[in-house]
Parts: sequence; structure tokens; C-alpha cells
Amino acid sequence: MRAAVIVFPGSNCDRDLVVALEQAGADVQMVWHKDKELPAGLDLVAVPGGFSFGDYLRCGAIAAQSPICRSVVNFAGKGGYVLGICNGFQILTETGLLPGALLRNADLHYICKYVPLTVQTANSAFTRGYTKGQNINIPIAHHDGNYNVDPETLGRLKGDDRIAFTYGDNPNGSTADIAGVLSENRRVLGMMPHPERAADSRLGGTDGTALFRALADSLVAA
Amino acid sequence: MKARVHVMLKNGVLDPQGEAVRHALGTLGFEGVEAVRQGKVIELDLAETDKAKAEASVAKMCEKLLANTVIESYSVEIA
Repeated sequence: MRAAVIVFPGSNCDRDLVVALEQAGADVQMVWHKDKELPAGLDLVAVPGGFSFGDYLRCGAIAAQSPICRSVVNFAGKGGYVLGICNGFQILTETGLLPGALLRNADLHYICKYVPLTVQTANSAFTRGYTKGQNINIPIAHHDGNYNVDPETLGRLKGDDRIAFTYGDNPNGSTADIAGVLSENRRVLGMMPHPERAADSRLGGTDGTALFRALADSLVAA
Repeated sequence: MKARVHVMLKNGVLDPQGEAVRHALGTLGFEGVEAVRQGKVIELDLAETDKAKAEASVAKMCEKLLANTVIESYSVEIA
């Protein structure tokens, strides 16, 4: 699998994401936000967590308009796989690749802790390493993770089995406890929890490794 | 020409910050504040001198960047 991790000013989970992808066997390049084109031959683009452009205006709003994001949208449009984690999820909703928006946490607090998640679908290249209904522990670290989506879109997400992860104990007010959602073609995943922070037993957990391994296994021949 | 853009969360979208402000006002003894909604004001200095063109241009800016129309509504004043 050939992967690129996009780096914005203010990204702070980019290196962890590179390590997690490399441990799964990926060949990873980091791509600066001012680059207009993605490297050729990519299987996956990963948009990392952090505070791109200082979260000015809205989380992810400025990053979503950067030159590289236009290439990421085109890449997804051609069927490319895209993973957005935390700020990366916010950026993907701002580009329109994923539905809904991330609002300020309902209790207004920044929350940084391990949380229990339930895998809601194993039917994607991202989640096929888990089983539907499996409970996993992955840390969150966000101030704006309150996923908001209108009832009609929520109905579509449910009907099309596009809710990837839900919170066991909703920490932030997200609609329907949603922690991660898939695009219509199931090739774009956005999630607030940080699987790359749960990919090394020395750092407290390994429940995130199955996601990166599943991607590497799925996209190896792509 | 100046433009002032008001961006608000849409009705029905929970505004936890507005709710915290409402609670704080109650704590300070200001009674009867039944709801608070918090938004943003963005002021733009424009080179454009034609009001209609300025309005059209700022509306495009709102749609593309200044507001996230999934959750926010906006209004524009040109002065």
C-alpha cells in the first residue's frame, strides 16, 4: 500500500499516523499542504489530527480550501481511499466528502481520554479487521467532536450501513452516538477517535492497529 | 464599500456556547433570559463600488468559506 499523510500548519498527529501506517506495512510519504498535486500511484490519503490553521473560522474550514485538498477531493472522486482522523474528519466534512459537521462538544470541555467504541460495520476496507458489534478502546482528544447531521441524512447513513463507529458512552453530544462515518462508496472514512494513538502497546493500547492492517491488506494489490 | 456578515447556527442546531452564556446570565441575576444564541460577525472592506455586485460576491464567499451551510445560516449587510 502506498499512502500519503497530508501536513498542514498546526497538524500534530501527522508523525504518529505515519508510524502507524508504516507498522502496518505501508510505504508512506508526507505531503505539504501547499503542494498542488498528490504523488502518483497512491492507494490511500490520510488527513491527520491537529489544529490546522489554528482552527480559525471553523475547525478544518481553512484547510479544506487549501490547494492539496482540491487534489484530495479529486482523488476521492476517482475512487481513492481517504482516511480523516479528528481534525482530518472535520476537514473532510468541510470539503463535502463526508456529510454532517463537527460542533463544539455539548459540555464545552476539551476531552482527552480513552473511550469505548462499538464497531457498527465491518463492511469497509477500514473496518474489515474488526467484527460488527465488537467493542474497542480508542482515545479521543478534541474540543469540537459533536457530530451533527440532519435527520434525513442520518436515516441514509443508517440505511446504507455507513456508520462505522459509535461511542459506548457518548462523550460529546454527537447525533446517534456517531464517532465515525463512511462515504457513499465506503472509501472515505472520517472518525474523531485516534486509532494511531492506540497502535503500540507501549503507549497504552493496540485496538487501532486492526484498522491500519485492514487497510494494508485490502489495498496491497490495488 | 464595507460588508458585514452575520453567521449563526441554524435553528434547531444545539448551541452549547449560547446555552452556557444563558446559564451564566441567570447566575448573575439577570432573570427572564429564555434563550441565547451565539454567532459571529465578519467585517469585510471591499474594493467593489457597486452594491449589487458586492452583495453577490459576498454571498459566494459565505457559501464557499465564511459559513458552513450544513449547520450555519448567514446574512449580509452592505454599507
